[in-house]
Amino acid sequence: MRALVAMSGGVDSSVAAALMKTAGYDVTGVTLKLWSGPNGEAPTAGCCTVSDAEDARRVAAQLDIPYYVLDYTEEFRHGVVDRFVHDYASGRTPNPCIECNRTVKFDRLLSGLADFDCQVLVTGHHARNCLEDGVWALRRGEDRGKDQSYVLSMLTQSELSRTRFPVGDLTKAAVRSVATEMGLRTAAKPESMDICFVGQRDYRSFLRDIAPEVFEPGAVVGSDGADIARHEGIIGFTVGQRRGLGIAVGEPRFVVRIDAGTSTVVLGRRDELAVGGVELRQVTWTGGIPATGRIMAQYRAHGEPVAATLSDDRLLFAEPQEAVAPGQTIAFYDDDRVLGGALIADTFG
Amino acid sequence: MIYLDHAATTPMRPGVWEAMRPYSDEVFGNSSGVHDVSRRAKNALEEARERIAATIRARPQEIVLTSGGTESDNLALKGVALNRNSRSGVVTVATEHEAVLETTDFLRRLGLSTKVIGVDGGGRVDLEALIDAVDSDTVVLSVMYLNNETGMIQDLPRIVAAVRDHDPDVLIHSDAVQAFSSEDLDVDVLGVDLLTLTGHKFGGPKGAGLLYVREGTPLEPLLHGGGQELGRRSGTHDVAGAAGLAAAMEAAVADRPRFRTEVGQIRDDFEKRVVAGVPDLVVNTPETMRSPHHLNLRFPGVRNETLLMRLDRAGVAASAGSACQSGASEVSHVLEAMGLGAEQARESVRFSFGWNSTVEEAIDAADIVLGLVEELR
Repeated sequence: MRALVAMSGGVDSSVAAALMKTAGYDVTGVTLKLWSGPNGEAPTAGCCTVSDAEDARRVAAQLDIPYYVLDYTEEFRHGVVDRFVHDYASGRTPNPCIECNRTVKFDRLLSGLADFDCQVLVTGHHARNCLEDGVWALRRGEDRGKDQSYVLSMLTQSELSRTRFPVGDLTKAAVRSVATEMGLRTAAKPESMDICFVGQRDYRSFLRDIAPEVFEPGAVVGSDGADIARHEGIIGFTVGQRRGLGIAVGEPRFVVRIDAGTSTVVLGRRDELAVGGVELRQVTWTGGIPATGRIMAQYRAHGEPVAATLSDDRLLFAEPQEAVAPGQTIAFYDDDRVLGGALIADTFG
Repeated sequence: MIYLDHAATTPMRPGVWEAMRPYSDEVFGNSSGVHDVSRRAKNALEEARERIAATIRARPQEIVLTSGGTESDNLALKGVALNRNSRSGVVTVATEHEAVLETTDFLRRLGLSTKVIGVDGGGRVDLEALIDAVDSDTVVLSVMYLNNETGMIQDLPRIVAAVRDHDPDVLIHSDAVQAFSSEDLDVDVLGVDLLTLTGHKFGGPKGAGLLYVREGTPLEPLLHGGGQELGRRSGTHDVAGAAGLAAAMEAAVADRPRFRTEVGQIRDDFEKRVVAGVPDLVVNTPETMRSPHHLNLRFPGVRNETLLMRLDRAGVAASAGSACQSGASEVSHVLEAMGLGAEQARESVRFSFGWNSTVEEAIDAADIVLGLVEELR
């Protein structure tokens, strides 16, 4: 069996490659070149810079596996960055890492698997994917603190059947100790927490550089409709946001709603953030069978799952939830098993 | 492995390593020193320089030894443009190597006048536009002799004559690193003032190259220091590199007639076989004015990145164009300048042959290419 391992240059995907090799697979490593610089311009010093690719390349050499850098900058620009801008401009809160998984990593690599002459795609995600009674079951990773099943909740049976997550059975500490034992140079590498193409800058300054045309000034109003301030554009505001609103009022105020049509940001008290449920779009079912009734729902990458009831394209929370932002992904669980996922189209009551 | 990436670099020719070894071993001296081991190193260096100069019919003092093609291109353009001279403009061509284009862009950012001239569908520079671009501010014109991605040969003597006719004072530089294996290079026949060559493109060592600088050409050094190379390039000499460069240049010159016919035949056999097997194949390398050892092919519907990966795993080494730091294959600026779209450039692969290529491996490689292209479409 030949395995294509998506290597980011981090410890998880390094160990994923090592484990596949140890398991007897014929392993090929690839790093995706997705982005050149904050403004998309190629760095002037040298033709291309992929600093993390260097770590991936060295690990691949150590494992003695072929390794390539694939240029998916155009796909990333269209599938992820343009959409990131469009979502913010429409008053939604995008999740670019999930879009990248969906439209670049899994879509492009899985559709190209045969061209790469490989049978399975391997990533370093902390999640488990096992064949149970003829169905590929996606479950939370062994390390609950590092679990990434939420970002994989849009994968279908066809995709899961060709995908492996070898580090999902290990805790992060165990991953690092495997890397240390094997002498992999990424063993102690810190994790990257930034959105890769934004880097350490704040979203608004990134968005201002890349898409100044979508900044349309508007009003910041209270939930009673009273004018509070002006803003330079709804882009970059997120439902639930408290900091950076540029206003000082006695009681803490939060963004409770964004109206893209009138370019209005609505502020309210904390209790006004609560929503009773969400409308869903782009729903996918991991097992291919729609779930209904009582499930657990998770609407943030590292949020706690909460009880909810599913019926068609609507989800009703058992208890009202705060800061549920349209545009975000919501994943459905039965205990540690992923049932499916969707995008939050809108919130209600 | 079947190695079809000689335009990127070549294996060393027989005898080159042996020619270098003593200067990293018993004759290790600093060629600028005063004692016996240094004198012996210095003597070897100057003997190498004489042999190097003879291969391009230059004088020894016109040879500036450098670390290779990129340094020589940088020295040629910056050296004359930044020299205190009333002229400082640079004119070059869109299909040049990055070492020329990025240097030109650097000079533009310094405020110098720079112009980049386009080419036709075959890669030939627009001579009229080139002449028009050369004005009273132009200090140097840089035109690559043999293109690294397509193997297209510019009519350099004609370009030089036309430019000289227009303005006898403009200096002419040519990056000829891809040409040395197959083309007779006589600096007076070519009529250039500055010529870039590097050893590893024709069976010599990496890290050893040269810039030919016609006597009397004012040149500001990039590296200031001990004043080696008549002040044009300071730094302790790489005597082993110079000895290897001289050995490789002599071997390549002696091998040229065979190279042109035999390696050319191997390339042609490979081309015929692939062309016959892929009906809609496009040959990006022009039919005439082409080198005997380059071949750039476009396989419609096949992404070059994927084909190169599959070729590598099947034991065939080829490339998409200039080697790049990350290893990602960028869209070729050479093919784009020739009018190909980004998608078409992404379907193009360069196969390049060299002094040790054999017809058997070329035929095997062609069959592997045909099998993979059929599978990938």
